[in-house]
Amino acid sequence: MDDMISRTAFVPPAAPAVVPRGNLYRLSRRRSTVAFLFTLPLIIVIVGLVIYPGLYAIYLSLLNKRMTHFIGLGNYAFLFGRETFWMVVEQSAIFAITAVVFKALIGVITSHLVNNLPAKGQRKWRGMLLVPWVIPLSLSTLCWWWLFDPTYSAFNWLLGALGGPHIPWLSDPFWARFCTILVNVWYGSPFFLIMYLAALKSVPEQLYEAAAIDGANGWQKFVHITLPMMRNIIAITVLFSLIVTFANYDIVRVLTSGGPYNTTHIFATWAFNIGIASGDIPLGAAVSFFMFPIMAISAVFILRGVRKRGKEI
Amino acid sequence: MKTTTLSRRKFLRRTALATTAAVALPYMRTSYSAGRLALGVWDHWVPGANDTLTKICNEWGEKNHVDVHIDFITSVGDKDILTASAEAQAHTGHDIMQHRSWQIQVHRNVLEPVDDVIDKLVKEHGPISTISAYLANYEGKWRGVPAVIGSQIKPCCSRIDLYKQHTGVDVTKIFPYGDTRDPALVESWNWDLYLSTAEKLFKAGYPVGLPMGQTSDAIDWVGALFRSYGAVFIDEKDNIKIDSDETRAAIEYARKLMAVNPPDVFAWDDSGNNKWLISGKGSSIMNPPSAWSVAKRDNIKVAEQCWTHDMPRGPKGRFAPYLPFFYGVWSFGSNKSAAKDLVHHIVDKPQAKRQVEASNGYDLPAFKSYYDFDTWKKVEPPLGTVYNYPPRGDEELSIAGYPARPDVASQIYNQSIQTVMIAKVTQGRQKVDDVIKWASGELEGYLRG
Repeated sequence: MDDMISRTAFVPPAAPAVVPRGNLYRLSRRRSTVAFLFTLPLIIVIVGLVIYPGLYAIYLSLLNKRMTHFIGLGNYAFLFGRETFWMVVEQSAIFAITAVVFKALIGVITSHLVNNLPAKGQRKWRGMLLVPWVIPLSLSTLCWWWLFDPTYSAFNWLLGALGGPHIPWLSDPFWARFCTILVNVWYGSPFFLIMYLAALKSVPEQLYEAAAIDGANGWQKFVHITLPMMRNIIAITVLFSLIVTFANYDIVRVLTSGGPYNTTHIFATWAFNIGIASGDIPLGAAVSFFMFPIMAISAVFILRGVRKRGKEI
Repeated sequence: MKTTTLSRRKFLRRTALATTAAVALPYMRTSYSAGRLALGVWDHWVPGANDTLTKICNEWGEKNHVDVHIDFITSVGDKDILTASAEAQAHTGHDIMQHRSWQIQVHRNVLEPVDDVIDKLVKEHGPISTISAYLANYEGKWRGVPAVIGSQIKPCCSRIDLYKQHTGVDVTKIFPYGDTRDPALVESWNWDLYLSTAEKLFKAGYPVGLPMGQTSDAIDWVGALFRSYGAVFIDEKDNIKIDSDETRAAIEYARKLMAVNPPDVFAWDDSGNNKWLISGKGSSIMNPPSAWSVAKRDNIKVAEQCWTHDMPRGPKGRFAPYLPFFYGVWSFGSNKSAAKDLVHHIVDKPQAKRQVEASNGYDLPAFKSYYDFDTWKKVEPPLGTVYNYPPRGDEELSIAGYPARPDVASQIYNQSIQTVMIAKVTQGRQKVDDVIKWASGELEGYLRG
């Protein structure tokens, strides 16, 4: 009986023979390698269209006007002494900071409004409010230009019909700056809305309940719960938007081309004017690079705050 | 198994037979055996004008067995300038590229000398305009051939009826259809008369429309104004001469003239003055016949009253703002000799006539001997509307920034320093001395090597 049991007992199959694998095979099977290969097309695009042109532009900015010899930081030193350059710096700062402040404000207000809508209707409102952001910017700016057109402005027609004055939207420096900032705010606010809406939804409801029990009103809840919980998101979106707004080109180019009399020029449009239109490519490259240290310093301060708050949590 | 082998003897015999056949048989020319040419050309405003150039190039291509390919590149958003800049940096692209006025000197180091083409054209058709030479002849070598397509001047285009009714001036009498100009009348058409009529028209509700922005229509007429007052910003020897009585006189005049323009002119782009005239509100602009062409389509009542005529005369002469385009042959091209042949063919008189006709008289060739084309005589309404478009009297062609070195003048032009000065004084209410001081500082910067 024991022999029968032993003869019919399960005998595990022999282990397969181990085939030795090379290093390359092992490398290709690692997760990090697979991940790298999936991201490789994007890396190539970024290297080819962003990093390489950026490095080439740095090289160009160190050459003389005819691009025949190296002059080091001569172009940058030259720009420091130009009145127009400092005007462009001032205008870029006014444009970027004002636009970002308003975008953030509108983002906070509209995100609260949308968040308080019944869940059923929220989706279509979100979709509608995102429309400005999804239309290609130069196309939408062209529509705005028609609305502000010096001869056939729809806004002035409407104002005229209501007995109001004719406003020189694009020919007066104040109004021209107003228009460029307005278009940028219109275009960029949906981004802030979406980010802040997502942040609002991540705030635990129990905090508001606890605050309500303690007798906090709406404003107190906003100041003591909502804002602190959203602070990091606000910081990151402001930083991102500052960088993108500083580097804006389309809006000013289409609406005003930097006029009237250079009062709406920002870095990108002025760099184009000098570099491509006037043929001084090294100086144009130097102008466009001035954005980099300004943005880098802002990024350091803002991200330091984010990291600090992250550590506290 | 049977095998075949090729012996040395068989190989030599077959090779000899093949070579003999190749030499002895008549040479069968295949299509496009002379190669391929790619052109990058400005996309014309006037509908149909592109088709004429395509036909001209295809005809030449068929005759010379060259495969010609044309890309029409718009100037909207400066795409033509961007394309040329990219090709110049990358050393690859079209064989022939059309360039706007200043771009020849920008790309002079990568453009093939075309003195042979120019010499041939000058021998056949007479001298080329001074401004074309100023813009395309660099260090004694021509780097571009003046094109017909796109080349333009921006003289006055005035409403006959409004001038007669509100100012008593008949522009068709001063600049008639035909060679019957009265020198005294022509002499009377100066900036003072222009201003006095502009004031009357402003009061009547039909202002002249002169852009004062930072686009080429504004820069061009203001450049002609400064030149007609004798104002020189930088001379040919790099001396800054902006701080002069002539500059102040021109600015003071502009201050008075801008007061009788619509307030929005500071924001007009290159379509602003066209729209102003076509709307029926404008009495005069300074533009090529494109505004009249569009008015013919959209507002025939306005078109019937349009008359193109000379610029006003200043203390130092009468200057017409001129913007020539050029064909350049890239030095890195692979078929340069065919490219030069094609350029010569396109610019030659019979082909030029066809291009001028297709553009309704908009395109202005660089050779005075071409001004006898009948297009300018026959387009209407009214008959003779663009007869005075080619300079027929004492008008001298000019470009803002002249006579500074082209690489400096291009910055005076493209940075729109002249219009910015006038805008700062008029709209910005800044002092003339302060504005001249600011401009002087800018000009110093343009002189950097």
